[in-house]
Amino acid sequence: MGQITLTKVRKAFGEAEVIPGIDLDINDGEFVVFVGPSGCGKSTLLRLIAGLEDTTSGVIAIDGTDATNLPPAKRRLAMVFQSYALYPHMSVRKNIAFPLKMAKMPQDEAAKRVENAAKVLNLSAYLDRKPGQLSGGQRQRVAIGRAIVREPAAFLFDEPLSNLDAALRVTMRQEITELHQTLKTTMIYVTHDQVEAMTMADKIVVLSAGRIEQVGSPLDLYHTPANVFVAGFIGSPKMNLITGPEAQKHGAETIGVRPEHLTVGDGPWEGTVGLAEHLGSDTFLKVDAGALGTLTVRALGDVALRHGDHIRLAPQEGRIHRFGKDGKALS
Amino acid sequence: MARKSTTTQKAVVTVAAWGIGFLIFFPILWTILMSFHSEGDAIKSPFAMLASPWSFDSYAEVQERSNYARHFWNSVVISVGSTLIALVIAIPAAWSMAFVPGRRTKDLLMWMLSTKMMPAVGVLVPMYLIFRDLGLLDNLAGVTVVLTLINLPIVVWMLYTYFKEIPSEILEAARMDGASLKSEILYVLTPMAVPGIASTMLLNVILAWNEAFWTLQLTTSKAAPLTQFIASYSSPEGLFYAKLSAASTMAIAPILILGWFSQKQLVRGLTFGAVK
Repeated sequence: MGQITLTKVRKAFGEAEVIPGIDLDINDGEFVVFVGPSGCGKSTLLRLIAGLEDTTSGVIAIDGTDATNLPPAKRRLAMVFQSYALYPHMSVRKNIAFPLKMAKMPQDEAAKRVENAAKVLNLSAYLDRKPGQLSGGQRQRVAIGRAIVREPAAFLFDEPLSNLDAALRVTMRQEITELHQTLKTTMIYVTHDQVEAMTMADKIVVLSAGRIEQVGSPLDLYHTPANVFVAGFIGSPKMNLITGPEAQKHGAETIGVRPEHLTVGDGPWEGTVGLAEHLGSDTFLKVDAGALGTLTVRALGDVALRHGDHIRLAPQEGRIHRFGKDGKALS
Repeated sequence: MARKSTTTQKAVVTVAAWGIGFLIFFPILWTILMSFHSEGDAIKSPFAMLASPWSFDSYAEVQERSNYARHFWNSVVISVGSTLIALVIAIPAAWSMAFVPGRRTKDLLMWMLSTKMMPAVGVLVPMYLIFRDLGLLDNLAGVTVVLTLINLPIVVWMLYTYFKEIPSEILEAARMDGASLKSEILYVLTPMAVPGIASTMLLNVILAWNEAFWTLQLTTSKAAPLTQFIASYSSPEGLFYAKLSAASTMAIAPILILGWFSQKQLVRGLTFGAVK
């Protein structure tokens, strides 16, 4: 079981209030991603759940029992750190076995679990090496191994892929997703990378300045962002946000159109191509559209447009997001 | 822009380094050479660096006149004892300052260091009176406690800077893995800090071994360490250079040898954190 409930959780460091008060339900077996720009409080929120920081007020319940004042060791949670945080003086085997040693598990049972974890994570050949002799990806796998052996109520990941190169990040992302599908244990994953959030999560929690901006499935957030912040944060490339007379025409303060929902050809908007990026499968255009500002357009396939071309653009029917003065979405 | 050093530059630097090294080592060399002179040759002017003939008379006489073994033993007890007591106090102190710092931790560290700037002679009279009243004059335990207190700030500082280098995430990982405070120290912190603790210990033994002010003031014979042994050869009636040098050589030899064998460890401990 791994159901976690946060009720009015607040955290302040002296005068500075980092998290003004958060309510959140995380269901058993869910893959939840906390995403937001750096400094939004997502890591702090994870550390509060882990017990590495004390809450200023509010209640954190794990499986229905109040865990607010429990030390980290008693919360039955396992954490994977950005820096891996392996014990440098222990072999991989001892690193993975450490939580079992702390739990006073009989040695033969512990050894069996370590072997199993190593097999799942392709680490069997490295069990007798020290962390210093491993590559970044292998170290991260050891950190994950150390987390899975004790069968925790939930896994906490604090930006675990930030220190890896781009190619490895994609592989590890898939491995963690597959791990979740196998184990079906609750996972809470912190990242600033919205691609990781979109691809891995069952549920995304978008945070900004310590507040929850929106909670929902990746596609919910994509199709119906609750406000301008979420609209601009989720999706790559970013949604085009337009203010001024064009927005007022639609009865809104701000309107948003995603780059993939702009069609090149005939249409009400016009502009000059500033930059054309040809990726083969897609073409990204930066279009200077005068009063509308610079619009990003994503065209499918290889489109024969280049710098200086004059084009017309049409937003697709029903794909315009409208936001009011307070930044919230208008229905 | 890459800097290229020419052969001439390298030669100049090498010669300068050897020169400075020799200058620093010269007093020790002088003492050792002097100890092989006869007392008459030693005060001759102009002074000859090398004795002719080499004489071991001073050593024989020093050995006869005073008890080297007892002084040596006292030095060992005082330096090792004060170091071990200091470590027992300093490890928890440095640990809490490094990993659970309060608002005043920095001030506390500065204050501790500032006690090292106080001239020792300023507290000599009260210390002497306290020791007299407690019956601790010329007492091994008394001197050991004083040296512990004198070197404690340095021990805490060294361990503090060393512990600071240990990433706190590793200790947090241990906590997440279910480690109690005791297991966290025993299985994670201490093994990672062993090199730092060892070099701190070495440096403190050397400092305590060489400490001369308090050991000379608070001991006379029973608890007298090697510093007192040397001092007993500088008498007001006249200097006996050769015997004084022989005594000094005997006093510094053990610590010189210890320092020689552990220099790698010492340099690593003292420069830790400066170069990463």
